[in-house]
Amino acid sequence: MTTDTQDVAAQAEVGRARVRKEDARLVTGQTNWTDNMVLPGMLYMAFARSPHAHARIVKIDTSKAAALPGVRAIVTAADFPDIANEEAFVGEGPMNFRDLSRNCMARDKVLYDGHAVAAVAANSPSIAEEAIELIEVQYEVLPHVIDVEEAMANGAPLLHDDMFTQGVEPKPTKPSNVAKKITFTKGDIAKGFAEAEVVIERKYTTKPVHQAYIEPHACVVAVGADDQTTIWSSSQGQFMVRAYCAKLLGVDIANIRAMPAEIGGGFGGKTLWSHHVLGAAASKLAGRPVRVTLSREGVYRLVGGRTNTEQRVAIGADDDGRFTALIHTGISAMTPYNALAEQFTFPARHMYATETLKTDQQVVDLDMLANSFMRAPGESVGTFALESAIDELAIELDLDPIELRIRNEPEKDPSSGLPFSARHLIDAWRAGAERFGWEQRAAPGTRREGEWLIGMGCATATYPYHRFPGGAARIRLDKTGHATVEVPANDMGMGTSTTQTIVTAERLGLPLERVTVAYGDSSFPGSLLAGGSGQTASIIGAVIAAQRSLVEQLLALAGDESPLAGLTADEVGGRDEGLCELADPSRWESYAAILRRAGRDELAVVASAADPEETETWSMHSTGAVFCEVRVNTVTGETRVDRVLGSYDCGRIINPKTADSQFRGGIIMGIGLALMEETEFDERTARIMNPSLAEYHVPVHMDVPRIEVMWTDIPDPYAPAGARGIGEIGITGVAAAVANAIYNATGRRVRDLPITLDKVL
Amino acid sequence: MTRITVKVDGVSYTDDVEPRLLLVHYLRDVVGKTGTPIGCDTTNCGACTVHMDGMSVKSCSVLAVQADGSEITTIEGIGNGEWHPLQSAFREEHALQCGYCTPGMIMAAADLLRENPDPSEEEIREGIDGNLCRCTGYQNIVRAVQRAAQGASS
Repeated sequence: MTTDTQDVAAQAEVGRARVRKEDARLVTGQTNWTDNMVLPGMLYMAFARSPHAHARIVKIDTSKAAALPGVRAIVTAADFPDIANEEAFVGEGPMNFRDLSRNCMARDKVLYDGHAVAAVAANSPSIAEEAIELIEVQYEVLPHVIDVEEAMANGAPLLHDDMFTQGVEPKPTKPSNVAKKITFTKGDIAKGFAEAEVVIERKYTTKPVHQAYIEPHACVVAVGADDQTTIWSSSQGQFMVRAYCAKLLGVDIANIRAMPAEIGGGFGGKTLWSHHVLGAAASKLAGRPVRVTLSREGVYRLVGGRTNTEQRVAIGADDDGRFTALIHTGISAMTPYNALAEQFTFPARHMYATETLKTDQQVVDLDMLANSFMRAPGESVGTFALESAIDELAIELDLDPIELRIRNEPEKDPSSGLPFSARHLIDAWRAGAERFGWEQRAAPGTRREGEWLIGMGCATATYPYHRFPGGAARIRLDKTGHATVEVPANDMGMGTSTTQTIVTAERLGLPLERVTVAYGDSSFPGSLLAGGSGQTASIIGAVIAAQRSLVEQLLALAGDESPLAGLTADEVGGRDEGLCELADPSRWESYAAILRRAGRDELAVVASAADPEETETWSMHSTGAVFCEVRVNTVTGETRVDRVLGSYDCGRIINPKTADSQFRGGIIMGIGLALMEETEFDERTARIMNPSLAEYHVPVHMDVPRIEVMWTDIPDPYAPAGARGIGEIGITGVAAAVANAIYNATGRRVRDLPITLDKVL
Repeated sequence: MTRITVKVDGVSYTDDVEPRLLLVHYLRDVVGKTGTPIGCDTTNCGACTVHMDGMSVKSCSVLAVQADGSEITTIEGIGNGEWHPLQSAFREEHALQCGYCTPGMIMAAADLLRENPDPSEEEIREGIDGNLCRCTGYQNIVRAVQRAAQGASS
């Protein structure tokens, strides 16, 4: 929990660049990372993992491991409740807890290479590792499927006898590896294509990638004799950890307290994973606290990243380039043990004006590690296909690709028909193009410097606005006029407490140093997950509600002697450490004076955010224009990104200093997606071949181009504080901008990520 | 067990250690200097970078017994009780988000500035290329190193 307020600039004003107050501990080595925690008698955990992708467990013999001195507990599936096959609604959404339980630890069958079959808690990490070597498991190996085409073919080995394709009518009677279909259609798509003068149809593919945060996952779990369980963990979702662990362990949720620790990067990957559950099971067996810190290999074997996709985009356009039809279809791979389909078809539903539109995504289950959320799930890879296809169409039409996009800018949401809450994408395109020098773009393959070919590309970025239910805030205002705000937030590096301090201070009319934001454990009001770029809006929504309640109570306390007497909550606002009448600011009284007269030391209110109904009335999306210049070596095929410009329309920017870094971090992750990142599976064994930062390549210092970022800063009238959220949009559009620039440099179109040199040569 | 004596952030420690013990585990688990984190296990990320006799090393690739008789400086001791110019510059330039890579990044940058007090942008990128950051996009890190260098030379 973080409650520090020192060293913050004095004047409250959203939109000013501010140094983070979080940094003091981070730059001096005083951060309380989970892996630093030591409790008396604490044990350490290691995992026994399956070497097969699909196999029946015939027998597990843990007797030799149990006899090793220092071993305190051995956990197998027998130590968990066997949960019924049904979807339960816990926390964020529907989840089949039987599947989730079986992902935590194999029961009867192993479901992917690396699947945990047993875990050991011992006095030291090395004893735990040694004990793992002594566990003997007999397997009956079964055929596995790791390729989506194979999994969908007739006669493919069925992963699960009881899985039927969802989203299909009538309900299928035969089990299938196709888990679900997600479809949307508008208008007569065949007619749309028949009316087109130009039609393109292209296939694009993307590979699995990983979040690759620098901090490996860790948790410390202490289960008391009375089942009271405390879980400290580096997780984006302490409320999810609490709710899911209760369900998976068969423990009353009231007995679990989940404490958020510092998070050394998350990007969607740090939610609930099996180490929480296995740590709790071991702690209960051993009667001691257990620390589980994953090795880097363990991170790749236990925590899935973004899944692979095969996508098809078809566009029909008239002579002027106006779309008559748009189709985005394809397949993503998944497992039953997670709920994330990587919905790459979403951008096509919201980005371009077209009378006929079809999106159709099939989700196929494979014998692999459960995939998970990774920065802009769906949009990051979906924009690669869609925005590459638009570049290809622009070439067919001999039109500038920016002009083509502007001609197809919709007046209202093309799929829902709702008006946009705010959409200034054309402004972002024009401002970005001017700053980038887009007019200098040459014909494909014509700019050469020595053995390098140089080109420019662009693409649209997009990510939806989310404000999640469950936002709540407690504001405690004391008689000195200091406000403490408790919110169910989390911080994995975004600067949450600084951002929320700025917003709260502005709303209450307090200087920053008189506001303390505490984001904390699962006993705080509300229940949120730091994700979906929605935390800022979700928390601000709660702070607004709590402030309203605070003002009502202050006015009631103020009484007839106050200059504010007779005013309603609608008529006053926070100013100069007190309340004033909005119409006549001279009617003002300080918070301290109101509380003093009422004889109160403190006033505390708790309120929940209003339901997020704004998205029922408005189509709310952030958008942006991404520009990129690359050089491609004609001898080696190597691509270097020379510069990138991102021009975004995300509503109001609360702290430009931290926002700028969010965009840049997203862009650089997009360059990784475009050029180098891939979790490689051995097709024969379904084993991940590069589970390390030695072989999974993320961008390094030398890969970083000149990145410029700009934004419209136009508030969204329907988002709290006008801010739509910025955490994820930075990665979107980047891979397409790079691919489009490579085409402009070389005349060569690559439709398969990552664009390694063998694909360019 | 092998007896070693190591000075860490100005304080001398004598301990019996297993010959296989890595310096990073010695610092974290024996001395209690948890400001130095572990990121990758394969010497790629650089999060565990410390100074050994003034030179930067990845403490996951040094055995504790190799550090016998050495002086080790970690992120907790680099400022000698104050903030090192790099620590201030990282904060001012917002050269970190989650902060997990930051201790190693600062230690590597300090060694670079020792060798080259006025590095160009290119020299900074090359000099600390062995330290990975997943959050920031690196640009503010380069700016912070430049700022610290300018502050030190002015």
